[in-house]
Amino acid sequence: MPPRFLPERDRDVFRDALAMSIGIGIVGVSFGALATSAGLPWWIPVAMSFLTFAATSQFAMLAVVMAGGGVLAGLAAGVLVHLRHIPYGLAVGNLYWDKWWTRFLGTFMLIDQSTAFALAAGDDRRRAKAAYWITTSIMFVAWNVGTVVGVLAGGFIPDPNVFGLDAAFPALLLALVMPALKDRDTLLAALVGAAIAAATAPFLPTGIPVLLALVGLLATWPRRKPKEDAA
Amino acid sequence: MTMTAVLALAVGVFLVRLAGPLMRSRINVSERTETLMKRGAIVVLAALVITGALFADGGFAGWALPAGVLVGGLLAWRRAPILVVVIAAAATTALLRLGGIA
Repeated sequence: MPPRFLPERDRDVFRDALAMSIGIGIVGVSFGALATSAGLPWWIPVAMSFLTFAATSQFAMLAVVMAGGGVLAGLAAGVLVHLRHIPYGLAVGNLYWDKWWTRFLGTFMLIDQSTAFALAAGDDRRRAKAAYWITTSIMFVAWNVGTVVGVLAGGFIPDPNVFGLDAAFPALLLALVMPALKDRDTLLAALVGAAIAAATAPFLPTGIPVLLALVGLLATWPRRKPKEDAA
Repeated sequence: MTMTAVLALAVGVFLVRLAGPLMRSRINVSERTETLMKRGAIVVLAALVITGALFADGGFAGWALPAGVLVGGLLAWRRAPILVVVIAAAATTALLRLGGIA
């Protein structure tokens, strides 16, 4: 959808997502370059980005395979780091659960950024929907273009960390979840969850700590009762 | 890695993404459940912020990364536009690294 057909209020999301896509594109370049420099034929990283559209899963699988861990272990690692998308789907799945093809595309394109942008849109379902589709489509294009460029660049692997892009991603997510943290229960659950994730991250495989963070929800669960007792 | 492996990952990842909405469509989503599910996603995203800011390659990421994220977080808290938040975070981390701070 060209931006001029977008309603005024959705253009902010479009502009933000477009700017973010530069970062995603560069990470895509490094993925494509890394895969080809590991000796993989060009169509493997290109097909992987197009069919999977999951940066952390792709890097996880590539890392395991490159380290000689084997394809099955690589698959396991790739799926494991992806499990955080189950709570994402629970939270925003209703935004695309209409026709069969929106269900298919929406499921296929569920990512951290589209989830975060949709949740940041708040209770306005129309805006959340627009935010979801706009961000995820832009990221999809950027990720795949980046991968192809990386494959073509052959041998030249940009280090996204030099540009501080590894800080850009958490900062983006932080900015997007911040409005939701105004809710005290959500803040409490997020703080407890983040503490659990940070404490377990050094010891557990990537992907598990952020799921363990969901235990933080329990911190808010029984709140209602003591509150009533206190009152 | 073969094309079969690529397809296997694509299918695995798709099924994970499908799990959430399928579970959703099977239950009667009350307002309370809706709040809880949204809160759950926020909690996971917040945890991703912390682990992404502190750890890289299985160990502590060094100070430049969390410092950048912190600068971004402060700006977000002061209601700076998202673009400003992200660029400031990346620039802080990049400059600290340029200055020799890992």
